[in-house]
Amino acid sequence: MTDSIAELVARHPLFAGLPADIAELVAGCSQNVAIAAGLLVLSEGQPADTLYLVRRGRIALEVHEAGRGPLIVEMIGPGQVLGWSWMFPPYRWHFDARAVEKVGAIAVDAACLRAKADADPAFGYELVRRCAAVMLDRLQATRFRLLDLYGHGVAR
Amino acid sequence: MVLLAEPAQGASGPLTPSLYRVVARRRETADVATVSLECLNGTAPVFSPGQFNMLTAFGVGEVAISISSAPGETGPLEHTIRDVGAVTHALTTSPVGSTVGIRGPFGTDWGVDALSAADVVVVAGGIGLAPLRGAIRWLVGDPERTGRVTVLAGARSPDQIPYENELDAWRRGGAYVAVTVDVAGPGWPGPVGVVTGLIPDAPFVPERTIALICGPEIMMRFTIRSLMDRGLAPERIRIALERNMQCGIGWCGHCQLGPLLICRDGPVFTYSESLAELLSERER
Amino acid sequence: MDLVRNRASLVVDRTGLDALIRVLRTEGRTIIGPVLRDRAIVPGALDTTDDLPEGWHDEQAPGRYHVRHSDSGDLFGWAVGPGSWKSAFFPARSLVWTATQHADDPVVTEAPIDAPPVAIFGARPCEVAATAVLDRVLGGGAIADPAYRARRDAALVLVAECGAPANTCFCTSMGTGPGAGGTFDIALTELPGPQGWRYLLRSGSDRGDVMLRQVTGVPASAEMLDQRDDVLSAAASRMSRAMSASSVPSLLARNLKNPRWEEVASRCLSCGNCTMVCPTCYCSAVEDTTTIDGTVERHRRWDTCFGLGHSLLHSGPVRPTVRSRYRQWLTHKLSTWHDQFGMSGCVGCGRCIAWCPVGIDLTEEVAAIAASDGAVPVGIEKTRARS
Repeated sequence: MTDSIAELVARHPLFAGLPADIAELVAGCSQNVAIAAGLLVLSEGQPADTLYLVRRGRIALEVHEAGRGPLIVEMIGPGQVLGWSWMFPPYRWHFDARAVEKVGAIAVDAACLRAKADADPAFGYELVRRCAAVMLDRLQATRFRLLDLYGHGVAR
Repeated sequence: MVLLAEPAQGASGPLTPSLYRVVARRRETADVATVSLECLNGTAPVFSPGQFNMLTAFGVGEVAISISSAPGETGPLEHTIRDVGAVTHALTTSPVGSTVGIRGPFGTDWGVDALSAADVVVVAGGIGLAPLRGAIRWLVGDPERTGRVTVLAGARSPDQIPYENELDAWRRGGAYVAVTVDVAGPGWPGPVGVVTGLIPDAPFVPERTIALICGPEIMMRFTIRSLMDRGLAPERIRIALERNMQCGIGWCGHCQLGPLLICRDGPVFTYSESLAELLSERER
Repeated sequence: MDLVRNRASLVVDRTGLDALIRVLRTEGRTIIGPVLRDRAIVPGALDTTDDLPEGWHDEQAPGRYHVRHSDSGDLFGWAVGPGSWKSAFFPARSLVWTATQHADDPVVTEAPIDAPPVAIFGARPCEVAATAVLDRVLGGGAIADPAYRARRDAALVLVAECGAPANTCFCTSMGTGPGAGGTFDIALTELPGPQGWRYLLRSGSDRGDVMLRQVTGVPASAEMLDQRDDVLSAAASRMSRAMSASSVPSLLARNLKNPRWEEVASRCLSCGNCTMVCPTCYCSAVEDTTTIDGTVERHRRWDTCFGLGHSLLHSGPVRPTVRSRYRQWLTHKLSTWHDQFGMSGCVGCGRCIAWCPVGIDLTEEVAAIAASDGAVPVGIEKTRARS
């Protein structure tokens, strides 16, 4: 049985609980995609033009450092979201992202999404509020990771 | 009958080090030390900040280390070294009075001698402050200086700030110096965060500023982006790159980055789109 | 190829070649040339022409090298073997200096340069071209290698033109053969004659003139020169490989993300054989060792960009994948070599093709990239939604 894109959007945790017409709004900017394992989905410095709602498989958020890279800073899996830089100018990715296995996702065109948010402030507010919740959660987690608690901890 | 000349004697020259005595060794952080070196035979060669020497720990090996002192200073040559392997371990623990070998100086320099009128912004990440120290000291001590010197340094934590006791001397010399750490314990009064966080408020005028950047490549990439966001043109940005160096003189082929040899065309490079492309071509 | 004007030339038979060898030896030179050893044609010591690989022929293909004997009696009926003359000028390992401890300080003693006068009797035109490349790389940089220069100056080079190219050769594409070009002392062409093989010798230098004047032979006739032309054009027409991309340096420079690199990396063992047999590869490692009495020695030895140590920073190698290392080797050899030295790093000798254990052919890789010029990895496709 195949679902419409709107149904898939509505089922994704980022948009869970939103009314059907909002899901349609987002679906209008989206397509269902399959990403091959090993593909570099995003590249640091490249235009940030897509929001990915991951449905299946995992994507590693990475930073490349000569002699050490790539370093995985986050693993994004089913139900999670890849990509925030599409929200703010200059709309360029700050990290690399690589599909560590075959990925199924909804690819939302960022320009389309921003235009719809601009046109419908209520939708825009809801979108930013939901994204901000995820970002806050990640920021808090990152701060704890900074403390290197399992290692020697912070020197005084 | 043609008799051939005798083959040339000696002159392996380019790979033979000169001898230097370790006259002082100062611990900077847990794994970083600055060694002060005096030439045993004659005078040390003239160098420019940004250049590097090949240092030999006899019996262990040879490694490329940036020069950390400034030219024209009285006093010994200084190298700040981080202990990350056999050779650097030997160098950072070499007893005062022992001998090391030096070949050099090699490579391109920061070009500080032409920057008296410019505003100079120095952005350093971690041990990246070491190749910049000679430049900072020269800039701060330059009697012809009319432009401003700004130093922005980032370190992991307060105990990992190199040259901590020199920072005030640079301030007294007129430089604006800001240091941030990734994470700190109580008692740290300064900024906490990545070094690029210091850029938006740093006092420099982009149109007459030259930026000198050194640190991990990730840090340099984001610093360049932040500086360009403040209006700095790419050709006003200079970075120091690092690759494996075995000879320092363009023979061994190890330090290549695309068409460039870091030992000969670098380590200091003026930023450009083609350099950006070389750096972004992740070797994976 | 035209005769170099005002230079000596003559035709000799095999006894004349032996006479030439004696003249070179009387001059104080050690004669080194191609010999058959361990079923391959490699550099070795020559006493007389009896030491040359008479009647031996090589059969080469990707990942394959065999020699076969016949009673044809020719001395140069083969193409190239695994060892090149690079080792005469740039040895695989050499001592640079020794340091001994005296009182509190080491005393560093440079190793004397070992550059005995030699005559290389039978380099190939592609090898002469490779030597010209190394002259630029090792002898012509901002800091020239004095040992390399001394060994080059002490070597007289006799180049044997090619009549029997191997299946792996592509010198015509690279402009390095089958006839002799560039800088050499004497060129030799082996030609069939009614009384057996004869050798057209042409001087290419003052030194060559002096040598040839001490050998008895007959002047080179127009007919012999025509015969030489025939042998060389027949050899050129038998090249079965070519570097067909019109502008390889820029092709590779704009195809760093081409999926072909991943494909060749799935075959490449990263063994570095290609770099060991290549006559222009020049990477070296500098190593310090200690002996039990505390003497320190610094050596310089060949290194390969296929090793993980080549790009090693303290945190790890910059090129951790076979893909990145194969790409480094090929883009350096065929593309960035031009930026660094103003010439190609490849002379079309085909050794890397024959001696690759899995038979990777760089001409085929270049052609594949040319055929997929601009391709990048693709992996996102629109699909029908399924729950």
